[in-house]
Amino acid sequence: MKKIIMGAVIACLPFTASVYAQPQNGGTINVVVQPEPPSLMIGMYSNGTTQQVGGNIFEGLMRYDKKLVPHPLLATSWENSEDGKTWTFHLKEGVVWHDGQPFTSADVVFSIDVLLRETNARLRTSLAFVDSITAPDDFTVVFKLNQPFGPFIRLFEVGTTPMLPKHIYEGTDFKMNPANHHPIGTGPFVFKEWQKGSFIHLAKNENYHVKGLPHIEELYWHVIPDAASRSVAFETGKIDVLPGGSVENFDVPRLSELDNACVTTDGWEFFSPHAWLWLNNQEGPTADKRFRQAVMYAMDREFAKSVLWNDYGKIAKGPVGSKTTFFDDTLPEYEYNPKKAKALLKEMGYDGTPVRLMAMPYGETWQRWTEVVKQNLEEVGIKTKLVATDVAGWNQKISDRDYDISFTYLYQYGDPALGVSRTYLSSNMAKGSPWNNAEGYVNKQVDQWLNEAAVVFPDSKRAELYSKAQHQLVEDVPVAWLMELEFPTIYNCKVQNLVDSAIGINDAFGTAWIKQ
Amino acid sequence: MNVIKSLTQNKVAMVGFSILFIFVVIALIGPYLYDGSPWRMVQRPFLPPFQNSNYLLGTDTLGRDVLAGLIYGARISLLVGFVSTIIALLIGIPLGAYAGYYGGWVDEVLMRFTEIFQTVPSFALAVVLVAIFEPSVYSITGAIAIVSWPPVARLVRGEFLSLRSQEYVLAAKLNGQTNRNIILREILPNSLSPIIVLASLMVASAILLESSLSFLGLGDPAIMSWGYMIGAAKTVIRQAWWLSFIPGVAIAITVLSLNLLGEGLNEALNPKLSGNREN
Repeated sequence: MKKIIMGAVIACLPFTASVYAQPQNGGTINVVVQPEPPSLMIGMYSNGTTQQVGGNIFEGLMRYDKKLVPHPLLATSWENSEDGKTWTFHLKEGVVWHDGQPFTSADVVFSIDVLLRETNARLRTSLAFVDSITAPDDFTVVFKLNQPFGPFIRLFEVGTTPMLPKHIYEGTDFKMNPANHHPIGTGPFVFKEWQKGSFIHLAKNENYHVKGLPHIEELYWHVIPDAASRSVAFETGKIDVLPGGSVENFDVPRLSELDNACVTTDGWEFFSPHAWLWLNNQEGPTADKRFRQAVMYAMDREFAKSVLWNDYGKIAKGPVGSKTTFFDDTLPEYEYNPKKAKALLKEMGYDGTPVRLMAMPYGETWQRWTEVVKQNLEEVGIKTKLVATDVAGWNQKISDRDYDISFTYLYQYGDPALGVSRTYLSSNMAKGSPWNNAEGYVNKQVDQWLNEAAVVFPDSKRAELYSKAQHQLVEDVPVAWLMELEFPTIYNCKVQNLVDSAIGINDAFGTAWIKQ
Repeated sequence: MNVIKSLTQNKVAMVGFSILFIFVVIALIGPYLYDGSPWRMVQRPFLPPFQNSNYLLGTDTLGRDVLAGLIYGARISLLVGFVSTIIALLIGIPLGAYAGYYGGWVDEVLMRFTEIFQTVPSFALAVVLVAIFEPSVYSITGAIAIVSWPPVARLVRGEFLSLRSQEYVLAAKLNGQTNRNIILREILPNSLSPIIVLASLMVASAILLESSLSFLGLGDPAIMSWGYMIGAAKTVIRQAWWLSFIPGVAIAITVLSLNLLGEGLNEALNPKLSGNREN
């Protein structure tokens, strides 16, 4: 095996020929955008809704299907050298920006090495593995890594690494560039108008580089701040698409039973939102492993799933989501078993010290979930004291490790090195961020496995290390995993082929079409 | 004695009193009759009322017994209502008494101070106070007391202003009684009747205020209250309207009964005022 040529093997675009009839052109799609994004400049704002709208204006080098396999988009093929340290990307020719300028390798180098390195903290962490990015010719880009970096191939989705126009941004103050208000990308839709507080209007890119796409003429993103009004707008037909999470959970069953309503939970594979309870590993009863295991046994997670999440989602077995890479499905399971929980508490000699249970102020479902967990814990004899707080206070308290038990959910970004390790590495436990090792878990052996797994080559070795780490973590219960969340997207059935990538709505409309 | 007699003859007031009495009894003994916590998930969620004799009023969004919630909610509503009113009286009466009795600059200072609280919308102030001190039964009671004492102070001041020049007060002064004695023994007992009427209405508004705070999610997270029940059920009102309706009715009846009682007290204590109506 001289070179691993990936792109060429699986080159097929668009992804899969639709199983439905021949796509029809024309029509308008109305989508809800909740909350209104602060900007559409996807390279500088990582807000969920910035990604949703911006992902249809901008593009990455690749698209990922629901199994997280990369497919060509702005790059037609790519190869990795034998030592895993040199990646060469071949770009598509004849691609133009929305203002007519050609898209070349200079744009790629500028976007990644200059602009995103400055504005995207999450990408910057990964770029630490990259020594140089060069463009030998107009349609080739070469990345030289200082060591093999497994997740590298999963960095090129539009939200992480959007391609941005060099001729507009070079030498300017990126944050203040007027083009942020009138984004110029290479994507299937061009920006038309944004009436703040009302709607964002995108229109078909007539010069799109993929022949025959997009099918849709007009795309409107409507700002409707009230959850009940969003549901009503869908019921009355004003809205065709409700992206996952834009209506409250309890409205989902009612809306999905409407005539002409289709539901899909696809399109979140890349993010794979994973919910868990933070358990303070440093102080209080939760610092005892047996207590943490008792929490796992005490929780009736099936109940929470069926009552709070309408049976959407999956009980989480461990730290890695089952839909992402390197998930080990041989992990032992913590079933709902109050007896075992009580026995563990007795064994550790838990004296009934109350633990603080802090709700996550993210709305109705999370509030109810806190009440369910509180009740589950009290039934095995764990005394809890509920702490109520607002978003800022919650962030602060998690960052300062000023809690005993609290909730969260984080994205996994398709690879444990990108989205999982950050929660368990002891090098990542400094106070000050609610997205790192906020529980204060320390296990040098796990550190070593996780660190090594990010940089060994090839994938089979990574899988082995991640399996070891997962088994140890499930034994130690640094956090109490709750569920792999699913946010159902509800849409009018006339919209066809809506979600066909691992980031769902974020780049959905280039390939969607309307059945007349 | 006259007062009680006239009150017992007032049918409307007695209706109010009886309802309130029932609620107080439920609040006191309910939790002993009803074993366990109102947060326990006992049955399948969304069980409609009158379908299962064990859970007469059905279950809520998480399968918790609605009747248990009502019983425990009665406790917190009445407790917060009465305690916050007592605190408000303890703040308002002395302030109003001093201002009215001494007049002059004391009056000026105390009344300007009172106006500061009166000009801020009381509900907004209560929300801010509870949010700052973190929601708990203490912060809620305190916040309600703080926003509801100014009317007491103004009322007491008015009473004292008109009573301080009465002959029996002047006589007491000539007698050499201390100001403190005059305020406590002479004037206060004579101004009690409007205070009692006001207090009964204050309990009602305190219950409403507490419910509104819990409805907005600012209730004590460990305590089941009527406002919380409505707040938690408002989102499912199209699927299960009774979950908001039942605690709503409980609040309405309690507040109504307090208003009826207050009205009756007013008529009994101020026969001159009510006389007009009877004629």
